[in-house]
This record gives sequence, C-alpha cells and structure tokens, in this order.
Amino acid sequence: MTRPRLVLAKPGLDGHDRGIKVIAMALREAGAEVIYLGLRVTPAQIAAAAVAEDADAAGISVLSGAHLPIAEQVLAALRAAGAATPLAVGGTIPARDAEALRRLGVAAVFPVGTALPDAVTGMLALADPEGA
Amino acid sequence: MAALPGRDEQSVTTDSGIPVAPVYTAADVAGGPQALQERLGLPGQPPFTRGPYASMYRGQLWTMRQFAGFGSPEETNARFRFLLGRGQTALSVAFDLPTQLGYDSGHDMARGEVGRVGVAIDTADDMTDLFAGLPLDKLSVNFTINATAPVILATFLVAAERQGVRPDQLTGTLQNDILKEFLARKAYVFPPEPSMRLTADVVEYASDRLPRFNPISVTGYHAREAGCTAVQELGLTMASAIAYCAELTGRGLAFDRFAPRLSFHFATTLDLFEEVAKLRAARRLWYRIATERFGAADPASARLRFFSGNSGTTMTAQQPLNNVIRSAIQCLGAVLGGAQSIHVMGYDEAFELPSEEAVTLSLRTQQIIALETGVTRTADPLAGSFFVEHLTDQIEAAASDVLRQIEDAGGAVRALEQGVPQRWITEAAYRAEQRLASGECPKVGVNVHVTGEGSRGIELFQPDPGIEERQAERTRRRLAARDRGACAQAVRRLERDTAGGRNVMPALIGAARAGATVGEMSDVFRQAFGEFREPSPW
Repeated sequence: MTRPRLVLAKPGLDGHDRGIKVIAMALREAGAEVIYLGLRVTPAQIAAAAVAEDADAAGISVLSGAHLPIAEQVLAALRAAGAATPLAVGGTIPARDAEALRRLGVAAVFPVGTALPDAVTGMLALADPEGA
Repeated sequence: MAALPGRDEQSVTTDSGIPVAPVYTAADVAGGPQALQERLGLPGQPPFTRGPYASMYRGQLWTMRQFAGFGSPEETNARFRFLLGRGQTALSVAFDLPTQLGYDSGHDMARGEVGRVGVAIDTADDMTDLFAGLPLDKLSVNFTINATAPVILATFLVAAERQGVRPDQLTGTLQNDILKEFLARKAYVFPPEPSMRLTADVVEYASDRLPRFNPISVTGYHAREAGCTAVQELGLTMASAIAYCAELTGRGLAFDRFAPRLSFHFATTLDLFEEVAKLRAARRLWYRIATERFGAADPASARLRFFSGNSGTTMTAQQPLNNVIRSAIQCLGAVLGGAQSIHVMGYDEAFELPSEEAVTLSLRTQQIIALETGVTRTADPLAGSFFVEHLTDQIEAAASDVLRQIEDAGGAVRALEQGVPQRWITEAAYRAEQRLASGECPKVGVNVHVTGEGSRGIELFQPDPGIEERQAERTRRRLAARDRGACAQAVRRLERDTAGGRNVMPALIGAARAGATVGEMSDVFRQAFGEFREPSPW
C-alpha cells in the first residue's frame, strides 16, 4: 500500500505538545506521512487539512480536560467538510470519558498511559482498516 | 549479584547521562578539601552552593504551596480555604487557559476551556472574589501566569487595594517568564521581542513599588517536563535569566535594583542525587553569572532562591497510588536541595485535577518530611559526599556547556526564534519514550511489575460542566454595570502607553480599576504586537 497519510493537531488552547510530537516522530519512523498542524488549531482548520491532504486518519491531543467539547466540534467540522476521516483522540482522558468519546463518533481513544507502540499501531490501523 | 536488567557496568549513568562509578572516594572531588571549601562556602554565604540562608530550615521551613485553581473564583477560594485549613502556609493560583491567553470566558476561543485547568478570571472583580476573606497583607501568593502576567498583576493590585492592602505589603511571586513559554509550556501569545518588553515592564515596575514581591520566576521546570534533561534544564534556565537581566540592564536599571527579587523554579524528579546536585549547582552557577557578568555588588543579587515542583511526567496512570511514593521522594530531593517553596503533585494528576483527598495527601507529604524525618535539622546535609560533590561539579560544567551553546546561537531569544532548544527537547522526549517502550528505563506498573489493574480504586475530581455559561454570564453582568466612558478612556491610555513604549503597568492598573476585562486589555497588546506562530518542530 502507499504510505498512510495522517493529520495530527492540537486543538483548543492547551500547549502540552510533548505527547503528540513523540507520536508524530514514531509514526514517521513507522513509515507514515505525518502532517502536524501545531497548536491552537481550530476544528475548521483540522477538517480543511484532512480534506486538502486527503488524510487516511486524523489525530488530536488534548491535555486540558476539554476533550469532550473539542472532539464534538472537530467531528462536526469534519462532517460539515464532507470528510469521512476517522478521528483519534489522545490525552488525559479518564475512563468515564473514553466511552463518551466513542459514542460521539471518535474512532479511537488513546488515554494517558497508552504505550507508544500501541498508539502507533492504533493510528496505522485507523488509516488502513484492512490491515496492509 | 546479578547486574540490573538492561544495564552493564559501563553504561550506568544518571538520568541526564552523566557516568556513575561503582564507588566514589576523596580522589573524585576535584582539587582537594581546600578547593572544595571554596566552591561550597557556608550556607547563606557566597557562592551559596549550600543554600541561600545561614540557618536554612532551622530558621524557617520552606513554604508549602500547593498549586490550585478550577472553576469560578468562589470554587477556587473554597479550595484555598480547604488547603489553609489543613496547614498550607501560602497560596498558588492556577489560571484557566483562556485567562492565561487573554480571552474572556465568553470568547469563541475559550469554548470548552473555561475553568478547566485553573480558575477563570475576567476582571478585577473576579480577582477580588478569588481572595475574599483571605488577607493579602499576610498571605504570600504565587501566580502561574506569563503571557498575560502584567494584566493579571494589575487585577491583583486592584484586588489588594480594595482590601486596603498597600503594594509594599504584598508578598508572593508572579511567574512572568515568557521565554519558557516559547521553549516548552507554549502558553505564549505575542512574539518574543514585545513579550520581553512586557516581562521587563513588570520587573521594572515591581522594583519600585513591590519591594517584597518576586516579579519573575525564571523557570526550567517546563522544559524538563517537556522532555529535556536536568543538565539542559539548568543551562536553559540560566540562559533565560541572562536574557532578562540584559533586557533590564539595557533599560538602564542597575542590576542590584532588581536582582535580589529574581526567583527561580526547577523541577525535582526521581533521580535523587542528580536532582540535589543540580539544585546545589544552580546556586553556584547563578552566583558566578551574577557576580562575573553583571557585577553584582549586593550579595542578595547573587543568591538564588527557588520553588520546586515535583514532576508530573513521572506520575503514571497505571497503579496510581505508586505516585504517592514518587511524590515523597521528589519532595525529599527538593528539601535536600534547599528549596524555598514546594508543590507536591497529586497521585491522581495523570487523569484529572487533584481531588481533595489527593491534595491533602500532597500537603501531608510535605508536612511529614518537614516534621517527622529530621532532615531539616542541619543545612545542606549531603555536602561533602564524594558522590554528590562530584555530581554537583559535573552538572555545573555540563550546564555551562549548554549555556554556551545557547549563547553561540545568539542568546535565549534568538535561539528560541530559530527553534534550537525546542528541537533538543523534542528529541530528548522521543528518546525517553523509546527507552520506556523498550524497557531500558524501568517504570514500575508501566513496563515492569505490571498488573493491568488500571486506575481502579481512586476517586477522581468531577469538574462542573456549567462553569462556562455561569462565568460568561457573570462577566456580562459586570460589563453592564461599569462606567463605560471611564473604562474606554482607561483602555485608550493603555493603547497610547503601549504604542509610546512607556511602562504599561500604570495604564493597566487604571484599566483594571475601571473594569476593563482581561480580554480587552490583552487585545490592546494583540493589536499592537500581533501573535506568535511557532516554527516547525522538524
């Protein structure tokens, strides 16, 4: 298969970008094409990038606790842009919220404590559900 | 005895990569006893390696200052009272992200973030409510605020004024270290140059009006949390301190006018001896910088005082009660390193803001170390240890190298604009995560002694989802009640002083007093300075 294309971003106001940068580096090492949009990216910018980059999956990281409202806005923006891009959410996500995120339509949740190889495998599986 | 897993004799190092020998002797302490004595001095005496004060904790315990804030000013006020009621000795305010970035609670950019990671402050009225019934002439207050530090200081000065407290009575610390926001913490708003101006405006204003208040806390903590090593943390902190001092002396302010009120903030993580050595090396390095570069004449200008926060990144989601032990060891490291104030992380902070139970235990950790262990009985108890003195020398030398690399890149501001230290941090974070994944770096409950029990058994804090609407409504009411003409006039003065290069503090205080919001005051700076976008991390 061609290299999976992944859009990663930090929406909201949270600046804790250690995790998402580490994951971006690991995904690149695993052969993915990673487009990292940076900090304080709006839901509309994420959706626009997912369409423009023809992304196979998108990932956002939120460590401020605002993951539920932010994920809801990003999913709405993706729908509004007509993108079917599966969305993964990582961050300080308590178990009670992981289920709520999945109900909203989030395709994968990587809560704090997720091992790096598991996050990489999970993102690549989202990008290529058939499993190349 | 079998070697430790994953380590052979040759590769044993500290967390920051300094080689560690199986045993140390007097031969490992450079220059012999006389030279060592010169590098150490006595506690309270140059070069302050052994501590900033002669009597250290016999004279006064460190300040126990748990970082706290969430929801509305009233909710945070209640958490402050809860902590003070359990023996905390000072306050430390956590602000929500909209406040840190200069957005009012009703702003579009604030959606989902109001009252989440700290208290929402929109006006001087909010600040007044935050400290209702808490006497500001008696309580020392720390503010973790940076991009909007001058704005928040203005609202605090107005709140104090309403309590009848004079500026010269106020004690506490404003973090006000914008360089480490670009470096690691990432709550910057304006570009580096005008940000440096705002930081210096605050320090300059405070040097005149707030003689007991620390107007800046030069911070290595966040770079460390973002991934760098103890050595890099120390080198980067000193590079920032030099940049601020150069900015201030460049305005014609004498070093000894402001330097005695500079404070510092370091992380203390789990490599106990390396951390103690780092803190001792920090004092000696600052002494050298203050005297040799800036010609400090007042010994207080060269006497480094610091706050220690233990490391959130050492806390694990797996087996969270293990974090209680990690916190205790880190707190002990800060005490053995001679900290002036300490925050201990809650065991549940890998998931949420700390619960009342968790913050109580953090405070009890400090109190047990202070009152039951006897480590406070004598100053700098590890002095003279062959290993600790060797490490202190090594860290000082290695951190000086880091500092030189930053200076070769043009100093702290230029290096940041080019993304140089940011790349060091990202690369170090990636290596640390790989060592965790490979098991090379053992972490109990994560890659060794794993049980898969998750977070079962701890009660998490439950944030209030209604805060955003309540806070926005409160601010709408306040906007309706203010004298619009007077407020507009005060904001126009702020615009003029900003454009005219005058110190912004007097105009900010006038605007805060007239009811201008944090968002309105920050917008004046946004208009004048623009906003910063980070260069690509790769």
